[in-house]
Amino acid sequence: MTNLFPLFVAVPLGAAFVLPILGRARARWPLDALAVMVALFVAGFALVALFAADGQALWVGGWGPGPADSPIGISLYADGLTRLLLVTISMVTLAAVLYSIPYMERFTGKGLYYSLFFLMVTGMFGVVLTGDLFNLYVFLEVAAIASYAIVAFGCESEELEASFKYLILGALGSTLVLFGIAMLYNQTGTLNMAQIGAIVSERGLNPVLLLAASMFFAGFGLKAAMVPFHAWLPDAHPSAPAPISAMLSGVLIKALGVYALCRVFFNVLGLADGAFPRVLIVLGALSMVVGVLLAVGQWDFKRLLAYHSISQMGYVVLAVGLAGALLARISGATPPDDAAFLKGTAALALFGGLFHLFNHAAFKSLLFLCAGAAEYATGTRQLKGLGALIKTMPVTGACCRIAALSISGVPPFNGFWSKLIIIFALARAGAVHPAYYWLAGLTVLVSFLTLVSFVKVQRYALQGEVKPAHADVREVPGWMCAGMVILAVVCLGAGILCPFIQGSLFEPARDALMGGLAYAKLALGG
Amino acid sequence: MLVRETLPYVLAMLLLGIGVYAIACKKNLIKAIIGVIVIEYAVNLFLVLQGYRTGGEAPILAEGENVGAFAAAAVDPLPQAMILTSIVIGLGVLALMVAMALRIHEKYGTFDLSRIRKLRG
Amino acid sequence: MSQPGMSLIVKEVAKLVTGFIALFAAYIIVYGHLTPGGGFVGGVILACGFILTVLAYGKNFANQMISDAGTKLWDTFGAVLFLLVALLGYTVGDFFVNLWARPGNFRLLSAGTIPLSNIAIGIKVAACLLGVFLALAVFRPGEGAGGEEDE
Repeated sequence: MTNLFPLFVAVPLGAAFVLPILGRARARWPLDALAVMVALFVAGFALVALFAADGQALWVGGWGPGPADSPIGISLYADGLTRLLLVTISMVTLAAVLYSIPYMERFTGKGLYYSLFFLMVTGMFGVVLTGDLFNLYVFLEVAAIASYAIVAFGCESEELEASFKYLILGALGSTLVLFGIAMLYNQTGTLNMAQIGAIVSERGLNPVLLLAASMFFAGFGLKAAMVPFHAWLPDAHPSAPAPISAMLSGVLIKALGVYALCRVFFNVLGLADGAFPRVLIVLGALSMVVGVLLAVGQWDFKRLLAYHSISQMGYVVLAVGLAGALLARISGATPPDDAAFLKGTAALALFGGLFHLFNHAAFKSLLFLCAGAAEYATGTRQLKGLGALIKTMPVTGACCRIAALSISGVPPFNGFWSKLIIIFALARAGAVHPAYYWLAGLTVLVSFLTLVSFVKVQRYALQGEVKPAHADVREVPGWMCAGMVILAVVCLGAGILCPFIQGSLFEPARDALMGGLAYAKLALGG
Repeated sequence: MLVRETLPYVLAMLLLGIGVYAIACKKNLIKAIIGVIVIEYAVNLFLVLQGYRTGGEAPILAEGENVGAFAAAAVDPLPQAMILTSIVIGLGVLALMVAMALRIHEKYGTFDLSRIRKLRG
Repeated sequence: MSQPGMSLIVKEVAKLVTGFIALFAAYIIVYGHLTPGGGFVGGVILACGFILTVLAYGKNFANQMISDAGTKLWDTFGAVLFLLVALLGYTVGDFFVNLWARPGNFRLLSAGTIPLSNIAIGIKVAACLLGVFLALAVFRPGEGAGGEEDE
């Protein structure tokens, strides 16, 4: 079973090579059919991997650990966190591919679009599957370069400007990541994440490792659009074509940014120094607040959604940082007497954060797809120019309402549960340090502002009067509706079935992160 | 001893600083592109200096040579493999940046960053 | 500029030298497992040979010599060949395994499927860099055969 994991990378890569050739054919359907088949294969395989993975590491090519514990091979290791992200990425990929079938007919070069799309998907799968730090950098660059090109796909002046800005900042971020990797290699002599974890846990930290950690914060924080590094996102995400906005906000900032942050700071560098989780908490809280404050005043639908992405990613990073801070307290110099309480709260915070990651992928992608559908039908993205979408476009309107209710945290949709768990974990942690009570209050305030923002969206876009210019607006084509309905079902289902999916989807991911440096033993023992 | 160990860091940070200055403070698009390239080569320099061993030989095994002695005398080839990959990635990013700069020039008529500002807010 | 391309001296020298450049590139690709170099470097040298011809003879010659679709086809061919070599490993059970026999060391046929991977990469890189050069310099929008956003 584990032998087949490279197919996650190989199949979309092969599709990315073949699709431009198919795109030149006269008939349209082979192109779309191949894209949909690859997306379905990937989604099915991710579900199979969720239940059937056996926790072994795969050393590619059989070039396993060499003599003297210095591996020269690259390992693929799919633990719980990886499997959660595989499911998330493939879910959004399937919805985006179905949505692009009619949407991208407006552009020429649909074969090139699919090629870049699947290169991005290959990169993301490679990032989450790999067990080797430099391999993570290579796949991160594959996904990032494909995303720079695809943001500029329409070649209008705004799209080019946004993509150029994204490119320059993204290249800087990736270079900082490579700096960090070089410093880690210098100190430990190996590139395998598990081995680095083992060596760091023996030797402890020194100033070079702290410098490497700060490089990772800057580089991966830029990819995850955390607040001092967020300047590229509000331009890049709205300017991209709608299915690409969904992929970017839905999975790219998570797979390249948040996953890499979690992996490096929990499993590789370890939580020995309590400063790392505190930085994560500060980044998360800052992103949450700044994102929502900048979002409330926006009138461009997609730009509003982009700012909300920053805010919601702040939630996830805050929750993850909280868990890290509590775990660091346990493994501190003197073990505190309430270790079980701390561990329980950390587990709760991790569950909330990972659940919110999954939920955000579902409802934010759905919101971007709905915004794209509104633009496809009416030609405008301004909230004041839209109106009465519930009446004129029933499927789009219903999906948009479901997604808006999910992101605002209204029961029984999925956003409610994840936000509640994060707030609850913060309140529980307040017993340890009073600052967490303030953070819990801040989180509630940010949720309220999110609700205000989406009430505005619903009032202007979904309800109201039909504008005379848009009197003959009809529903979007069937494939676009199919993509949106899939995500809407996930939003509703994850909310209602939350207790049932918790065990299979989120608990292995949570345990993988809680284990911390035990990752090293698990990944090397296989 | 201390100088030899910190020299890669100093050189790399110096080049990084020059590159970031070029990105942040220069108005011309092309100069920003050159800044990104300087930053990428700063990292490559740093990485290849990590593998250096004083008085080492090139890591090419000759016929009839003892593998153990070779491994002790040669410089580390792994950073060299890493920077090969990194140079290729830098080439891809450079090609994309130049293509985009050409298209921006067609649309806006200028390379001046202070006049390429249609997106606000 | 009455004649396309560069002066007569450049054209004659390019005619003589391009074959040797291609031969050198082939040597570097095929001996990639023994000497420094390999697929990527050889591909770049091969692309430089083509680019020299385009620079010496001008845009119209480039339009006749190779079309945009041609570079993309060779590009895809090289990439798919590399992927096939990697997937071939599944016949013995794992991804990207070096299948073939490896007699001896320091000889040309001593590395299994690695020379095949090198050749595939060489073809892909040469076609890709030639395509990038043509897209940026020859096929500008409104001039040649339609500009395309490169990958």
